[in-house]
Amino acid sequence: MTELAHKPKTGGLDTSHGPILYLEAVSVSFDGFKALNNLSMYIDAGELRCLIGPNGAGKTTLMDVITGKTTPDSGSVFFGQTIDLLQMDEPAIAEAGICRKFQKPSVFETLTVFENLELALASNKGVWTTLFAKLNGTQRDRIEQVMEIIGLTKHRSHLAGILSHGQKQWLEIGMLLMQEPKVMLVDEPVAGMTHQEVERTAQLLLSLQGERSIIVVEHDMEFVRSIAQHRVTVLHEGSVLTEGTMDEVQNDPRVIQVYLGD
Amino acid sequence: MLSTLCNQDKTASWLLGGIALLSMLVPLFNFIFPVESALHFSAYSVSIMGKYLCFALLGLSLDLVWGYCGILALGQGAFFALGGYAMGMYLMRQIGNRSVYGNPLLPDFMVFLNWQELPWYWYGFEQFWFAALMAVLVPGLLAFVFGWLAFRSRVTGVYLSIITQALTYALLLAFFRNEMGFGGNNGLTDFKDILGFNIQSEAVRASLLLISGLMLILAFVVSRWVMASKLGRVVTAVRDQESRVRFLGYRVEHFKLLVFVFSAMLAGIAGALYVPQVGIINPSEFSPLNSLEIVIWVAIGGRGTLYGAIVGAVLVNYAKTLLTGWAPEIWLFFLGTAFILVTVFLPDGLVGFWQRRFQAQKL
Repeated sequence: MTELAHKPKTGGLDTSHGPILYLEAVSVSFDGFKALNNLSMYIDAGELRCLIGPNGAGKTTLMDVITGKTTPDSGSVFFGQTIDLLQMDEPAIAEAGICRKFQKPSVFETLTVFENLELALASNKGVWTTLFAKLNGTQRDRIEQVMEIIGLTKHRSHLAGILSHGQKQWLEIGMLLMQEPKVMLVDEPVAGMTHQEVERTAQLLLSLQGERSIIVVEHDMEFVRSIAQHRVTVLHEGSVLTEGTMDEVQNDPRVIQVYLGD
Repeated sequence: MLSTLCNQDKTASWLLGGIALLSMLVPLFNFIFPVESALHFSAYSVSIMGKYLCFALLGLSLDLVWGYCGILALGQGAFFALGGYAMGMYLMRQIGNRSVYGNPLLPDFMVFLNWQELPWYWYGFEQFWFAALMAVLVPGLLAFVFGWLAFRSRVTGVYLSIITQALTYALLLAFFRNEMGFGGNNGLTDFKDILGFNIQSEAVRASLLLISGLMLILAFVVSRWVMASKLGRVVTAVRDQESRVRFLGYRVEHFKLLVFVFSAMLAGIAGALYVPQVGIINPSEFSPLNSLEIVIWVAIGGRGTLYGAIVGAVLVNYAKTLLTGWAPEIWLFFLGTAFILVTVFLPDGLVGFWQRRFQAQKL
């Protein structure tokens, strides 16, 4: 038997070539409107990537495609080299390790902060296991730890519905952490946050890069500047307009034109 | 487990205690006190209390899917009726040669239709255990197949409500047909014995009341336990934001299916307990109107609390007994008005209203 230079792990996540997410020639159209137009993009393992672009550029649609909410008309989306995300539905993709924070904070308002985190906890999500599930010490500690990180420890038994907008954003980021994903898709994390909260969010996201890949969609340029240490991708009309460092991108005449108009 | 449940919720434990007391004291009183005594309950009132308890169980079953899982099922009566038919088939087989035509094997309506042999799906129903099992399994299986198809295709909201309504209506039409072999329009009636005891006898009526009460309490405790588990929280999350739950990695359709099947089984048990107490089961139990009434009980009592459904079922049916005796033509107007008033002024139902007042006083 010939030894391969590297053995692709079938079924498991294989990032040996660098990228953790491969999007190739992805197109999505809604009633003739091309939300994504032949988009190709690669995210490296452990990378923190910022995604910017004007309204309607396809940022949220891109997240929908990666998480299985929208099936593209054409193109391929791979998680590592072996996992074809287009063959999987939302729960399967979430279980594989791609988790998402929504643009509008989507926490479960009739459950407490603690319970919200408990539901997100990385564990067997089957029906019967869930019915008989009991938190063990490690899991309890993990929830405590995340509540500490997101600063909601003293709100643990409050219903999520009564939290402020910023706190809901934090709670949802906390839920993302509980899922222990390999890829985090974070859609507008700092909308509605105070200046201090924005800073803390930036610190948190920066501290997570390396162990996780993070894609951040954000309109707040100052925030993007504070976290974009490597590459920033600019989307426009459903395709990648340009990629580069924040400085390169901001000085790119095409980007300026797209943002400011003619 | 019971004690922790009771600690959590005083109102619920009072209610459960009341049901337990009622369903035990009534048989006891009837055993101790002679028929002439004022403390002796009449056969009519024993049956009617038993009937209310069956309705309470039925309301509870709907609250699981509607109040907790957010599925407005407008066909809950179908599962109740199927459970009832399973029990009715057992009771028919017990009549034996005491029927009008005296055929030891075939029920009267089959003799009347000139049928020569028992249809295959009536086999086994001469055994009580088999009928009892079917009263749970048949509704459960129907709910499983229906729910699997509907939830997998992500049919939700009003569309799901409409197809549940269509389901019960289709069954209504099917059971009306004589060729179905369930007695057609007349259904199954004229029962004689249950487990060898005369079904009309006071002891049997009292026992049925007791069993209905105990079954209701058991169903309540198990439902409470399920809803207090992590699964219960997932289900509540599904009710509030179904798609979000998928992104946490839960297969939403499996969770809905489990609750839907469990609920259908409880409704089946309620139907099986109801039929021997009222002495008849006919296709009108499949009527969409019946299923709508169940929704009204739960809305009036209060959704998502389990005991609200019990309160609603008992109160509405008590009002129905009173009103249909006194002025039957206004009953539906009364029910409709009560439903509108509760929806507008007490969105959490009577129980929610009570809880808020109670909590307001404590503050």
